[in-house]
Amino acid sequence: MSPVVFMMMAVLLVAAALGVVLHRSPIRSALSLVVTMFLLAVMFLLLDAHMVAALQVIVYAGAVVVLFLFVIMLLNLREDARAMARASKVVAALVCGGLFLFAVLWFLVSAAGRGIDGGLEGGVPATFGSTELLAERLFTQFLFAFEVTSVLLLVAIIGAVVLAKRKLA
Amino acid sequence: MGIEIAIAVLKAVVVILLLLGLAGMLGWVERKGSALIQDRIGANRASVFGFAGAGLVNTLMADPLKFLVKEDLVPAHVDRFLHTLAPCVNLFPVVVAFAAIPFADTVHIAGRAIELQAVSINIGLLYVLAMMSLGVYGVVLAGWASNDRLSLLGGIRGSAQMISYEIGMGLALVSVVMTYGTLDLQGIVRAQGHLIGGWLPAWGVFYQPLACLIFLIAGIAESKRNPFDMPEGESELVSGYFTEYSGIKYLMFFMSDFAEVGLVAGLMTTLFFGGWQVPYLLADGFHLPWGATVALPGLVVTLLQVASVMVKVLFFCWLQILIRWTLPRLRYDQLMAFGWKGLLPLALANVLVTAMVVLAVQG
Repeated sequence: MSPVVFMMMAVLLVAAALGVVLHRSPIRSALSLVVTMFLLAVMFLLLDAHMVAALQVIVYAGAVVVLFLFVIMLLNLREDARAMARASKVVAALVCGGLFLFAVLWFLVSAAGRGIDGGLEGGVPATFGSTELLAERLFTQFLFAFEVTSVLLLVAIIGAVVLAKRKLA
Repeated sequence: MGIEIAIAVLKAVVVILLLLGLAGMLGWVERKGSALIQDRIGANRASVFGFAGAGLVNTLMADPLKFLVKEDLVPAHVDRFLHTLAPCVNLFPVVVAFAAIPFADTVHIAGRAIELQAVSINIGLLYVLAMMSLGVYGVVLAGWASNDRLSLLGGIRGSAQMISYEIGMGLALVSVVMTYGTLDLQGIVRAQGHLIGGWLPAWGVFYQPLACLIFLIAGIAESKRNPFDMPEGESELVSGYFTEYSGIKYLMFFMSDFAEVGLVAGLMTTLFFGGWQVPYLLADGFHLPWGATVALPGLVVTLLQVASVMVKVLFFCWLQILIRWTLPRLRYDQLMAFGWKGLLPLALANVLVTAMVVLAVQG
């Protein structure tokens, strides 16, 4: 991967991500999130993970953030006047963010030089990131995790429907 | 290296001009077609030196000129940046998605293999889906940025509708991918090259008739045209999400509407009607089912393949225009019920049956 392209994308990505948290208008925040998701997909492309890049655009940029926008428009939120003014909220945000940063750094340091499931002997395979390889691993090596995730999503859907029904009744 | 870039740029320019030219032409076809269906004359004000058949010139030249020189009205108290961004965001994904449509088999010129599609990627179908899923932002943004309740209603209707029908469309395409075993659009067209029983072309529509129908319906819903034109809904919302647009920005919404028609027609052609395949035409000429052969030079075969794509795309554009002017608009709850309770279970059942047949065939 060309370091120049990576640096350009990284700067744009961080700028878009900052836009998500710093914009006052909820709709502009959500649009910054779309740009962030799209640039993340470009990052996956630079890493030769074409399948993941396409899914990133379809699922996150094309569906999840659209639902965010839908809710913002339905509630007709304009500017968030109250913003993040209260000190307790700022402290809570700083503590949570700090913990998350610590977890990521700890993982990066501890996992440096090896893959998640052991080392990568002989480098990256030629078919890396291809749909075939991804599907084969997903349905053999990671089948249990894959199925458990789908059950988890089903539980979330049923939960959402039950909560919505209770409101209506 | 220089030649590679030149070829890529040339292909991109040709495909963009082709799609935008098609969109402009469809504007005229739609007016004439609607007039024919409603027993009017329609679009008869333009003439070049008294030549009456100049209606096409009218739409291709006079209309864009008129839109260009019209005043660009922006309502007060709107987010000007988002208001300007919306028509661009609306047009961009359609044009970019069309780049994956293959126009002919690989051409070999001077030892160089050239794919006759603007971008050839091995996950072409996912790429098209990804771009189409971005199409909703133009609608949402236009509805929001206009600061007008009719536009906002149109935008909200549009986003819910497009998300709902994307699911049915995606599932219909899953069964198509299972049938062909590839996500590459060029590969999908190649797989439709052989014959069933020695005479019937192995087009997707014969393997996946239900997926074909679901895709066409969902495609029309995605392009927000009658009977699914609630986001626009002239009789309720003036012009829906683009009520507050005029001049060149209005033209861009108009263009992306017809470009979407062209995109849906292109995908129907590629996925279900053999793409560039001409029945009985192989790389060296016609091989007719009763044994006769007609040898043809490679250039003629390529031209026939391109013509085949064009004819099929124009046919499906015509079909969509016919549907738009024949069917009445659905009610909004009918639209949602049809998408979620009709198309979605049908597409799911289709995936299940396809999976069982694929398993049985593979043994």
